[in-house]
Amino acid sequence: MLILTCPYCGVEADETELQAGGEAHIKRETVGSSDEDFEDYLFARQNPKGIHFERWRHVYGCGKWFHVARCTNTLEVFGTYSAQTTEPPQDIRDKISGKRPGWSWGIFS
Amino acid sequence: MSNAVSALQAKTYAGFAEIEEAGLRGMITLRGDLSSTKVKNAATGAASVDFPGMGECNCVDEKGVAWMSPDELLVMTPYADAQPAAEKIAKTLAKTHALVANVSDARAVFFIRGPNAREVIAKLAPVDLSPDRFKPGQFRRTRLAQVPAAFWMRDAETFELICFRSVAGYVFDLLCNAAQPGSEVGAF
Amino acid sequence: MSTRLATGGRLLNRDRALRFTFNGKQMKGFEGDTLASALLAEDQMLMGRSFKYHRPRGIVASGAEEPNGLVNLGKGGAFEPNARVTTTELFEGLTAESQNHWPSLDYDIGVVNNYAARFLPAGFYYKTFMAPRPAWKHVFEPFIRKSAGLGKAPKDRDADTYEHFYAFTDLLIIGGGIAGLQAAKAAGEAGVKVLLLEQTSHLGGRAPVDGVEIDGALAEDWIAATQAALREMDNVTIRTRCMGAGIYDHGYVLGYERLADHAPRNDGPRHRLWRIRAKQIITATGAIERPLSFAGNDIPGVLLASAVRDYVVNYATSPGDRTVVVTNNDDAYRTAITLKEAGLDVPAIIDARPEGGGALATRAAELGIRIENGKGIAKVKGGKRVEGVALCAQAGEGAVLEEIACDAVAMSGGWSPVVHLWSHCGGKLIWDEANAHFRPDAEKAPTSHDGLPFVSVIGIANGEIDTASCLEDADSTAKSLAKALGGKPRRSSTPQAGGSDEVPMLAVWKMPQGASRKLRAKMWLDFQNDVKVSDVMLAAQEGFESVEHTKRYTTLGMATDQGKLSNINGLAVLSDALNQPIPQTGTTTFRPPYQPISMGAIAGEARADLFQPIRKTPMHDWHDAHGAYWEPVGHWRRPYCFQKPGESVEDAVAREVKATRDSLGLLDASTLGKILVKGRDAGKFLDMLYTNMMSTLKPGKCRYGLMCTENGFLTDDGVVARLDEDTWLCHTTTGGADRIHGHMEEWLQTEWWDWQVYTANVTEQYAQIGVVGPNARKVLEKLGGMDLSKEALGFMEWADGKIGEFDARVFRISFSGELSYEIAVPAAQGLAFWEALIEAGEEFGVTPYGTEALHIMRAEKGFIMIGDETDGTVIPQDLGLHWAISKKKEDYLGKRAQERSHMTDPNRWKLVGLETLDGSVLPDGAYAVSNDLSRGQNSAEYANGAEAPINENDQIVMIGRVTSTYHSPTLGKGIAMGLVEHGPDRMGEELDFPKTDGSVVKARIVNPVFYDPKGEKQNV
Repeated sequence: MLILTCPYCGVEADETELQAGGEAHIKRETVGSSDEDFEDYLFARQNPKGIHFERWRHVYGCGKWFHVARCTNTLEVFGTYSAQTTEPPQDIRDKISGKRPGWSWGIFS
Repeated sequence: MSNAVSALQAKTYAGFAEIEEAGLRGMITLRGDLSSTKVKNAATGAASVDFPGMGECNCVDEKGVAWMSPDELLVMTPYADAQPAAEKIAKTLAKTHALVANVSDARAVFFIRGPNAREVIAKLAPVDLSPDRFKPGQFRRTRLAQVPAAFWMRDAETFELICFRSVAGYVFDLLCNAAQPGSEVGAF
Repeated sequence: MSTRLATGGRLLNRDRALRFTFNGKQMKGFEGDTLASALLAEDQMLMGRSFKYHRPRGIVASGAEEPNGLVNLGKGGAFEPNARVTTTELFEGLTAESQNHWPSLDYDIGVVNNYAARFLPAGFYYKTFMAPRPAWKHVFEPFIRKSAGLGKAPKDRDADTYEHFYAFTDLLIIGGGIAGLQAAKAAGEAGVKVLLLEQTSHLGGRAPVDGVEIDGALAEDWIAATQAALREMDNVTIRTRCMGAGIYDHGYVLGYERLADHAPRNDGPRHRLWRIRAKQIITATGAIERPLSFAGNDIPGVLLASAVRDYVVNYATSPGDRTVVVTNNDDAYRTAITLKEAGLDVPAIIDARPEGGGALATRAAELGIRIENGKGIAKVKGGKRVEGVALCAQAGEGAVLEEIACDAVAMSGGWSPVVHLWSHCGGKLIWDEANAHFRPDAEKAPTSHDGLPFVSVIGIANGEIDTASCLEDADSTAKSLAKALGGKPRRSSTPQAGGSDEVPMLAVWKMPQGASRKLRAKMWLDFQNDVKVSDVMLAAQEGFESVEHTKRYTTLGMATDQGKLSNINGLAVLSDALNQPIPQTGTTTFRPPYQPISMGAIAGEARADLFQPIRKTPMHDWHDAHGAYWEPVGHWRRPYCFQKPGESVEDAVAREVKATRDSLGLLDASTLGKILVKGRDAGKFLDMLYTNMMSTLKPGKCRYGLMCTENGFLTDDGVVARLDEDTWLCHTTTGGADRIHGHMEEWLQTEWWDWQVYTANVTEQYAQIGVVGPNARKVLEKLGGMDLSKEALGFMEWADGKIGEFDARVFRISFSGELSYEIAVPAAQGLAFWEALIEAGEEFGVTPYGTEALHIMRAEKGFIMIGDETDGTVIPQDLGLHWAISKKKEDYLGKRAQERSHMTDPNRWKLVGLETLDGSVLPDGAYAVSNDLSRGQNSAEYANGAEAPINENDQIVMIGRVTSTYHSPTLGKGIAMGLVEHGPDRMGEELDFPKTDGSVVKARIVNPVFYDPKGEKQNV
């Protein structure tokens, strides 16, 4: 039962107030994309034991989607941040680096 | 308008706290840039209260403004005033990117009153309701058992709670059940 | 015999006698008794039968770890099976029945299993019930079902109520023994918010029973003083009868409060589930004494030494007149001394340690108790009650030296810290060789959201055996946590307790050490599930080397007590059999809850009328009063039809369809989703959302639209109205309102956040009523108000205005093929508007209709229904909806997916109408089979004499299926829609639809529009 702080309304929300939205920072592929790229976009997801970036929606609260950086193994949360970005903010990446040197996730590290 | 009735028509229950469906209330959803003075003024102009901060609700009697999300306000007025007020806000913001909708009929409003009113809510919502953490002026949107709801405190012993109209019966029954005599917790 | 002592009993109130019954027999106890102590006081040692062998079972323990004393409690709506007698507080009028026997507790037929025990070893069921397969259904399963389970299942609805409570605290302390109390005091004084849970009714734990002294006073006095001090602190909350049931991620804890079990009452909940969030958690859960494994250790009258002491000190109840104490440690000597001081006989203390005990042994000797060092029990004599023990050398093979008569045995195999809660969320354990137990490894604590430890363990739960170090541990841990939580700990000194001069224990896993096979087959590890030392050794021998496998193979620790007494002994035996050290064997996984909790507590308020929210439209009560036959649609209730008195559902539906087609029907369509979409980029946004073009819609007009997911599959449909230059109103399906609003917000917030669009879900703002049928316009004109003529409001147009005195938005749309208006009024006016229509419509025979008539009428028109024609694998192209897919748009959600090879496969099943040759109604979901035998290597018979080809998966080749099927009252025959391979190219062909009864229905492929194909009726 996670607690995640919604970056939009500041509420420390209980997991039962949230909706999970799967992997974050997926680039939309559409008309014109190759079959392989489109397949990746629709179906291929990371399933790491460790650092992960996810989307959650504060569905019983302010209704906003946000991003979460957390460890799927220990459930440590490194931070929550805006959904209106295509990559994790530097301060959160630095925080992860401080705790888990040498981490990488997709194209980020 | 004379035909308008609230979902439960002011039903009440006296348990260890009093539960009352508050009847019809004017409510206007206002979405826009909350840092814009124009948007702020449109809201406070209709409700005659100060503009609320994040997670707050300012209200006096039936008028008020609640902070719903970074781009949404709930403006409250007496029921009969909501439509003209919504139209006025819409007109004021005609050239601004904003959405104004009269949602007075989409909701039900409840009062939960009494020294142990906090306990009624704390049985149903995953929110810290201790007096040092939840105070009058704060506004919380959350889950009440299985439905979305929002509540705030009018004073130290009075909660006001809103939910969707279709589940007014469910919410009333939930609140009554939680306020049953003999189920006091004594936690606060 | 077991009996009540004349004096003593620190928890008893002898002024208040309580009557209760056990197996119908009247008995008496006192306030403060547990059911266990009250039964013992009435000499009722035999309390049940074991699960497998039906051996007689008596009480072993005095607390939550009790494996045997389980009863059916109460009657009717208050009935509960498997209630533990040791944790059931006695109350006036309690009724209990013992379990797992027939015909009676004393004479149980099932005990034949006991005599066949050597033929029922570990894994017996797995080995025996393998073959032959048919025997499963007729022999094995009925037998297993009959013998499975302990108590009876309740027959009546639970008469009690339950609730949840959300609590938040800085520091949660679980366990109200002296360690928990000291921690609460230290943290409370530091000013942090403390919540202390204690599972029993009293605080202080075992200390008073053990005769501990703290700060020079009796433990009892120190506890009272501490409790009083805690009561003065506003920041400290204490809940007794509230068990910490489980620790979960991010400081989430479940507390199980039993409010009325000890005092049944008519008001208030029976149990309350505390859903706690704690910043830090201390578990002070104490320790559980281990049994010793000697032959006959399951015979009623063999108890844990600590339990014997508890019964004497707390409840003035002696389990026996002559009690032999058998031990591998000093602590059990306290029991011997307690018994002796209470005037009871202790024939001997049998100490497995060759050198014997320390100061306590000296004291016992001074009291004149015979002490046998280096000895063990070869076997216990007796059947339903202990009659004596056979003494042997611990180091030997069990040669009997002497028989000692006694009627009770108090055993102690050492103490195991209760590490369950620590382990629930990932805390690791280390093996403590000196005390032969697992204790928490403070270096490997459970971690929380910040990556830091959030659970600490104190006291004996942390392996701190003596009182002084228990208190020291509690005080320092609480102070440092309080400081970390922002409190200011006082510089108070730790309470002082006398250190005890104890000699180390000796690990004893079998008694005697070299016990023969015969003796090992009578040494019980798990009393409830009948697992013996021999079973675990057999499991090891048969290759079940992992402790998790051994557990499942033997059922060790799988009973309702979850192995609280048996697990450590069992894995020690397993380790020995595998010839490996105990830490290498490890433990099984500790899972919440610590003790079983009631299903009622888990459900909380969610039962009966509050089981789930029921959404009601403003007209709900009117429908209910007018014969609505309800259908759940999501959380909504919608009338399926309105039954007149004496009318069948089928007749009502047919009447509603006919009345609507002939004159006038009314539909409550309020549940349809209504979403406002507004902004400069709203048109662009809707063009991405819908497969067709919405940006070109003119204000005042409506357009039917389709929505797909990125997978290309249809997800929703509905009519979109353009309200003004930058505002659209999107209608969704009833089930789609929240989902589609969420879908819109997701794309706006996470992909196109630079687009200027706002949405608002205004579904519940409006009551929406379909006014349908040839007389629809007439009834509205009768009410007066806005002009609703064909000229003023054409088909697929909308307008705002007044109808009668009602504020209305009128949509000229039709889902039935008739002249139809859908009218939205503010929800608060919905009922009044509905009633006005009913009144005005009387002359037209106005007929409210339900969802089934709606479905039939749309099917007669060939309109698709999301959820019938679609199932998450269907694209609009499958349904012949090409006209609703824009070819001009570069992109929309699902467009790229619809270009995938499988989606453009010409063999995809496509929508057609189906008409049975005999006019009957096709079964819903029926499949059409291919009769082209060249499509498979083989064929199979699917009906009498009819053959179909078989595919590579040995399945009959299917070529279509029914998606919607009804009896059409309008056409007087069965009509259906279905998806059929190359369907639209096969008009007029006949297909075979086998039914589940083995017969076949033949249906012809036809145009799906059965009624008014030119659309003349709706456009008048």
